[in-house]
Amino acid sequence: MLAKIVASVFLFVITFLPRLSLADWAVNMTEGVTDVSRSVYSLHMQIFWICVAIAVVVFSVMLWSIIHHRKSAGAKAAQFHENTTIELLWTIIPIFILIAMAVPATATLIDMYDTKESDIDIQVTGYQWKWQYQYLSEDLAFFSNLATPKEQISNLAVKNANYLLEVDEPLVIPIGKKVRFLLTSNDVIHSWWVPAFAVKKDAIPGFINEAWTQVEEVGIYRGQCAELCGKDHGFMPIVVKAVPYEDYLVWVSDKKTIIAEQEAAAARVWTMAELMEQGEKVYQTNCAACHQPNGEGISPAFPALKGSVIATQDQQAHIDIVLNGKAGTAMQAYAAQLNAVDLAAVITYERNAWGNNTGDLIAPQYIQSLLKDK
Amino acid sequence: MHKKLILQLSTACLGMFLFGFALVPLYDVFCEITGLNGKVDLVESKKKYHAGVDETRLIKVQFIANRNENMPWKFSAQNKEVVLHPGANGQAIFYVKNTTQREMIGQAIVSVSPSASAKYFHKTQCFCFERQALKAGQEESIGVVFSIDPDIPEEITKMTLSYTFFDITDAIAER
Amino acid sequence: MTSISATEHHGPEKGLMRWILTTNHKDIGSMYLIFSLLMFFIGGSMALIIRMELVEPGLQVVQPEFFNQMTTMHGLIMVFGAVMPAFVGLANWMVPMMIGAPDMALPRLNNFSFWILPFAFTMMLSSLFMDGGAPNFGWTFYAPLSTTYAPPSVTFFIFAMHMAGVSSILGAINIIVTVMNMRAPAMTYMKMPLFVWTWLITAFLLIAVMPVLAGTVTMMLTDIHFGTSFFDAGGGGDPVLFQHLFWFFGHPEVYIMILPAFGIISQIVPTFSRKPLFGYPSMVYATSSIALLSFTVWAHHMFTVGLPLVGELFFMYATMLISVPTGVKVFNWVATMFRGSLTFETPMLFAIAFIVLFTIGGFSGLMLAISPADFQYHDTYFVVAHFHYVLVPGAVFSIMAATYYWLPKWTGYMYDEFLGKCHFWCSFIGLNLTFFPMHFVGLAGMPRRIPDYSLQFADFNMISSMGGFLFGFAQILFVIVIVKCVQGGKKAKAVCWEGAKGLEWSVPSPAPYHTFETPPNLPDEKYP
Repeated sequence: MLAKIVASVFLFVITFLPRLSLADWAVNMTEGVTDVSRSVYSLHMQIFWICVAIAVVVFSVMLWSIIHHRKSAGAKAAQFHENTTIELLWTIIPIFILIAMAVPATATLIDMYDTKESDIDIQVTGYQWKWQYQYLSEDLAFFSNLATPKEQISNLAVKNANYLLEVDEPLVIPIGKKVRFLLTSNDVIHSWWVPAFAVKKDAIPGFINEAWTQVEEVGIYRGQCAELCGKDHGFMPIVVKAVPYEDYLVWVSDKKTIIAEQEAAAARVWTMAELMEQGEKVYQTNCAACHQPNGEGISPAFPALKGSVIATQDQQAHIDIVLNGKAGTAMQAYAAQLNAVDLAAVITYERNAWGNNTGDLIAPQYIQSLLKDK
Repeated sequence: MHKKLILQLSTACLGMFLFGFALVPLYDVFCEITGLNGKVDLVESKKKYHAGVDETRLIKVQFIANRNENMPWKFSAQNKEVVLHPGANGQAIFYVKNTTQREMIGQAIVSVSPSASAKYFHKTQCFCFERQALKAGQEESIGVVFSIDPDIPEEITKMTLSYTFFDITDAIAER
Repeated sequence: MTSISATEHHGPEKGLMRWILTTNHKDIGSMYLIFSLLMFFIGGSMALIIRMELVEPGLQVVQPEFFNQMTTMHGLIMVFGAVMPAFVGLANWMVPMMIGAPDMALPRLNNFSFWILPFAFTMMLSSLFMDGGAPNFGWTFYAPLSTTYAPPSVTFFIFAMHMAGVSSILGAINIIVTVMNMRAPAMTYMKMPLFVWTWLITAFLLIAVMPVLAGTVTMMLTDIHFGTSFFDAGGGGDPVLFQHLFWFFGHPEVYIMILPAFGIISQIVPTFSRKPLFGYPSMVYATSSIALLSFTVWAHHMFTVGLPLVGELFFMYATMLISVPTGVKVFNWVATMFRGSLTFETPMLFAIAFIVLFTIGGFSGLMLAISPADFQYHDTYFVVAHFHYVLVPGAVFSIMAATYYWLPKWTGYMYDEFLGKCHFWCSFIGLNLTFFPMHFVGLAGMPRRIPDYSLQFADFNMISSMGGFLFGFAQILFVIVIVKCVQGGKKAKAVCWEGAKGLEWSVPSPAPYHTFETPPNLPDEKYP
C-alpha cells in the first residue's frame, strides 16, 4: 500500500516537474513605479520582516520544547501555570511593535489621500466587463476591452505572453504629471487596480471615488478588476501606457482625429460585405461574452440571437434594443458606447450570421440620424 | 430559572435584528457627518456663511454627468467646470433628453469627490433625488445652484460633482 | 424542562425515530458532527472543482458562470454548513459533560435547531439545479451583484440563510442557558474549562450578529421583490451600506469560527504536555477582548471602497490592536508546552499544527490590517491564503483535533493511531502545498475569484491544485478512522489520555447515554 503511494507520488512529480519553469516565478509584491507604490512596498517588507522575527522567536521556543521536553526523552512536567511579569511583558511589547508599524503606515496613507493639484483628470467607469476612460479636460472618451482572442481562452490557440492582460485601447497617461482618477460604475461594483501604481479603488454605481498617481517611468503597466463583478470578472484587464508628456499630447490629438474619422465614415455607403466584416469584429468584442460567439447565448440570463425573434423579425425593435438596452437585464445601451458604423455593422451582422439570413442591411447613415437625435 | 434568561436572550436577538435596520438611517447620518461616499446634504440649504465670501481662495468644481446601465437618455453637463470663491454661489447647467419613444421616469443621484469635501458643499437649488418624468423626445435644461462653505480645509482645491441618472420607470410602475 | 430525569433511565430508542425525535445532547451532537462532515465533503468537492479549473491557464473544466457558483457555494457551505455546525456539535457533546450537567438546558429546542439545518442546506444546494444556476456572487454577496443582478435562485439562498441563522441563534441561546444555569454547584465561572468559556463568548457573539445578518438578507429580499431600495443607488440607497451591514456581521462571524477552536486547543495542549494551561485567566480575558474588539474592526474588509481618511486610520489601528490578545493566546500555548512532558498523539499533532499555521495566518492578517499595504493585498490571492490559513489549519484542524481527542470518549474505543497520523501528515502537507503558494501569486497580483489567469501565475496555481487534491483525498482517511473507531478496536479507559483533566474524563468510555444526573464534585484546584 505504502509502496504504491510512494510510486504514484514519484510518477506524479516526474510528470509535472518539467512543466514548472523556475525562471519567471514572481513571489513578491511589485515595487512599482511611483513614490506611493515604493512606500507601500517598503511598508510591506518592513511588516513582513517584523513578522518573521516574531515567528522565529515563538517557533524556536516551541521547537525547543518539542525536542527537549518530550516525554520519550525523559522530560518531567513542571507545574507552573502563571507568571505575571512575563504575561505583562508579552502584552506590552507587542503594543510598542504595533506603534512602530502604525507610524509609517499612517504617513503613507495620508499621502495616498492627497488628491489636490492634479494635472490631468480621468474618469474611469466600470462596465460589465470592460472599462471606459473619459479625459475630463479633453473631449475624449473610449472603451477598453479585453483583446485576448476567445481561441486562446478555450485552449484552441497558443497563449500570448500577455494572455488576459491585453486590451484593444489602453489608457494613455503622461509621465511626471499628477493624474487623478475619478471612479464610478455603470452597473455593479468593480475595482480598478494597477499594482505598479499601488492604486486600487472600488468603482461603485451612483457614487464617485478618487485615486491618483504620478508615474515616473515610461512603460506599459497591467492590472485587473479586483472586485467580483459577475461572469467575466476575470476578463476585464487594465492596461496603462505611460509616455512622455509631448507624446501624450500627440496621442490625444491623433486619437481625436481617428474618432472623428470613424464618425465621418458613417456618411458614406457601406456594402454588405464591409458591414459583415466590421460587424463580426464588433460582435466578438462587445457581444460575444454574453450572447456567445455562435449566437446561442447562455440560457436564461443571456438569450440566444441565432434564430431569435429580435434578430430575425422587426428591424426597429432590434435597433432599439441595441441602442437603448433593455431595462432590468444585462443588455446595455450601446448608443453611448459605439459609433454609428459599428452599431449598423453589428446589427447587420446579427441579422445575417449563424443562419439568420434576413438579408437586411442596416445603413450607418440611418443609425447616424438616430444618434444625431440624441 | 431558564425562562428569564431565555426571555432576555430572545429580546437581545430581536433587538439586534431591529438594530440592523436602525443602522440604515444611522449610516445616512454618519455619511452626512463624515461625507462618506461623497454623499451631500439632501435638504436644500439656505445657509449663510458667517465668514462671508473668502476671496483669497479659489476652488475649481468639475461637473460630471453619468447614466447608469440601461438609461438611454441623453444627459450631459453644459459647462464642464466652474472656478469660484468659497462662500460665493456657483451654477451648473445639465441638459437631459428622453431619446426614446416612450415616457420614462429617471432619478439623478449626486456624489461629491473628494469625500472629505462633501460636507462643505451646499446646494441651494438641485434636482438630485427628485424624479424626472420626461415624455418621448422631451428635453430639459436643469440648473444646480450651490456654494462651498469657506470653512473647507485648505488642501481641497478641486472638487468633482457627479450626477448619475438611473432609470426608475419600471420600479415606479411596480409600486 | 428541568424535570426530565427519573423516568428516563432507559437507553436510546431503536431505529430511525431515535434520531428524529431525540432530545439527548449526545445524539444531537453526533448528528451535528455527521451533518457537518457531509457538508465538509460537499464543500470540499466544490473546492476541488475550483482547483481543477485553475490547474492551468485557459478554461478547461467549467465555464466562468459555473465557476462563480462554485466559489460562492464552497464558501457558504464551508462557513455555515461545515465549520459552524461542527462546533455546535462539539458543544452539544462536550459542554454538558464538561460542566457536570445532565443535558442541554433546552433539549427539545436543541432537536429543532439541528433539524432546521438539513432543510436549509438542501434548499441552498438545490439552487444548483435551478434555472440560472446557484448564487454566483461570492459568499460575501455584495449588492447590487446579489440583488439587481442576481440569478432567480437568490430568493432560495436568502431563505436558506434565514433558516441557518435561526438554527445558530437557537443553538446559541441553548448553550448560554446551559452554561449559565446548569453548571455543577462547585463550578464557578473561573473554574470552567476553556472550551466552555470560548463557546459561551461565541454564543453571545452569535446572538449579537446573526440577527443583523438576518436583517441584511431581509433587506435584500425586499429590494428584490418588494420595491424597496436599501442597496440600490437608483432609489436613494447605497450599495456600500450593504458592505457595512455584511461585515458588521461578518467580522464577528470569523471569530465565531475561531474562538471555539481556541478553546479546543487550550484543552488539548495541557493534556499532552501533562502540565496545567499557562495563564488561564489571561486566556479568558484575551478571548473576551477579542470578542469585544471584533465589533470595532469590520471596515478593514472595505479599505478600498473609499472610506474617509479618519475611517481608514481608525479601522487600521483597531484591527492591529486585535493582534495583542491573539498573541497572548499563542504565547500561553507555547508556555504551556515549555518544560512539559510532551507526547505527540494525533490530537496533539493537529494542535501543534494549529498553533504554528494559525500564527502564520495571524501574521498575514496583521499585514492585511495595514491599510496602505492592503490596497495591494485586497481581493487578491493573498487574502485567500490568509483566511484559508486561519480557517483550515485553524478552525478545521481544531475540529479534527477535537474529534481525535474525544473520539475514545464517544465510542469507547481507541482510534487507529497509525491511520490518524497518516491523515494528519497528508492533511498538513496538502494544505501547505495548497495555500502557501497563494501568498506568492496574491502578492504577484492575481485577483481572487477568477476562473482563468495570466501566464505568470501558472506554476504556483498548479502546485496549489496538486496540494488541494492531496488535502481533499486525505480526508477519506479521516472517515475511515472514524468508521473503524465506531465499529471497534482497543477498549478506551475512562481517562484515555495520561494527562487529561476535567469532568468529561470522570465518566466511563463510552460515555453513558445519560451522564451527571446528580451534579459531580470538583477537584480542589484554583483553575481547571
